[in-house]
Amino acid sequence: MLTQILIGTGVIGGLGLVFGLLLSVANKIFEVPSDPKRDAVRSCLPGANCGACGYPGCDGLADAIVAGNAPISACPVGGSAVADQISEIMGTDKTPDQVRNIATVVCQGTVDRCKTKFPYHGIQDCVSASLVNDGNRACKYACLGLGTCVSVCQFDAIHIDEHSKIAVIDPDKCQSCGACITACPKSVLSLQPETVPVRLLCRAAEEGEVVSDNCKIGCVGCEICAGACKFGALTIENHLPVFDWSKCVSCMMCAEACPTGALWGDFDNRMIAEIDRDLCIGCTICKRNCKFDAISGELKQLHEINEACTGCGQCVKKCPKKAITLHVRDHERDANAKVGTTPEAFAVPKK
Amino acid sequence: MNNLLLIIVGSVLVNNFVMSQFLGICPFLGVSKKVETAMGMGMAVTFVMAIASFFAYLIQNYLLIPLNLEYMQTIAFILVIAVLVQIVEIALKKISNSLYQALGVYLPLITTNCAVLGVALLNAREEYNLIESVVNGTSAAIGFTLAIVIFASIRERLAVSNMPKWMDGFPGALITAGLMSLAFQGFSGLLH
Repeated sequence: MLTQILIGTGVIGGLGLVFGLLLSVANKIFEVPSDPKRDAVRSCLPGANCGACGYPGCDGLADAIVAGNAPISACPVGGSAVADQISEIMGTDKTPDQVRNIATVVCQGTVDRCKTKFPYHGIQDCVSASLVNDGNRACKYACLGLGTCVSVCQFDAIHIDEHSKIAVIDPDKCQSCGACITACPKSVLSLQPETVPVRLLCRAAEEGEVVSDNCKIGCVGCEICAGACKFGALTIENHLPVFDWSKCVSCMMCAEACPTGALWGDFDNRMIAEIDRDLCIGCTICKRNCKFDAISGELKQLHEINEACTGCGQCVKKCPKKAITLHVRDHERDANAKVGTTPEAFAVPKK
Repeated sequence: MNNLLLIIVGSVLVNNFVMSQFLGICPFLGVSKKVETAMGMGMAVTFVMAIASFFAYLIQNYLLIPLNLEYMQTIAFILVIAVLVQIVEIALKKISNSLYQALGVYLPLITTNCAVLGVALLNAREEYNLIESVVNGTSAAIGFTLAIVIFASIRERLAVSNMPKWMDGFPGALITAGLMSLAFQGFSGLLH
């Protein structure tokens, strides 16, 4: 009995061994030298085989790039770093630095801000939850926070915040593959440029009364932001602001004016203009062009920029002597500083 | 000699692998959009089946039967076929890259093709000798090639004809395959 088993194992094992040797010999004899260029391109690619490029895995994309069927920047995960490496191999020009897109949660409706319609104890998955009366959040546009996006993310870039019950993206880990965006039943997630001055973090295209009933931080469509924008970059459509990025100058006045907080502003990177005392000739051109009364100074006298400056940069463009530069401000903007300069001692330091 | 002729006619026409034994349906439906690739697939299958019959015979009669290991038939044959297909694939990549590209994923699929395993098992069951085995394997593969090439040429015509939308593509192809199978049943009275 045992010998039978041993013979059987031995024969099949031996056959496997012989065939394996045969295969490796055949592999040597019929070796096809593969395109070194293609292999080099393949080694640049991340190798996650996520398919975000639309080709079957990284091998497929490498073939397509070498064949010229795909642009060198076709890998959304690798971004411009990988595109640069590939451009060196392929000998093509580098692509201009692309703005990196990352997945963004367009909702701030945490449990303490957005009401809950009913306790949900069903399957812990957003798709299932959204089938029950459009989800259990009062706002039908709100993030359900059950983590369907977390489960599809291959890069561990999303987690659900324990206390606020809302999806949070780790921008360093996000590879902009778009898997979460397709998975989200509420379309709360979207790919947005990583660095923008202001961002609307609400999708509630409803009457203001409905939104404010549901959520403390939702956009109520009050149009204050559109009024605050002095550059015509903001219009209201469907009760929500829509940006014309070609006109936006990053003054962030819309976000500053927003009464609910639905418009997020990148205040950490807000600019302030500074006049070079040696170059300023006191022509008053900057003062006349400032839309925020942030520049003071008389003709032929040194001009001063006060804390009301929003960093819109209009004066930088107009100054004939190129005496004005922008840098990141270290104090909060003081809208009341329009007359005279806010003394350094009274300026509110940034948190 | 008479015996061999019977085997050839039998497996090409009467017991056609695709049309009456329903083996190898996957490549039959998958690679039959163009006559050219169908021909290539047929050639690959012919090659693999001839060699598989040869080696399966050797393994059956000089390894499994002397050692009373007939119950290992299936796994041993699968092993042989898998290795053969791999070698054919490696060789094809070197010799004819265009055919390799044309066959694409279907060549590795021969590995798990029931037609190839089927011919090896049938040879063993019928207790054919070495020559008979190889002839049977080759002619069964020729029968497969015949069926797939005819089917591909019909599908080429169907692709440009004005089919109702609900019949376009696979539905029409499957019905065509059924009609072809019916036609092949006509050969069943040929051998008695």
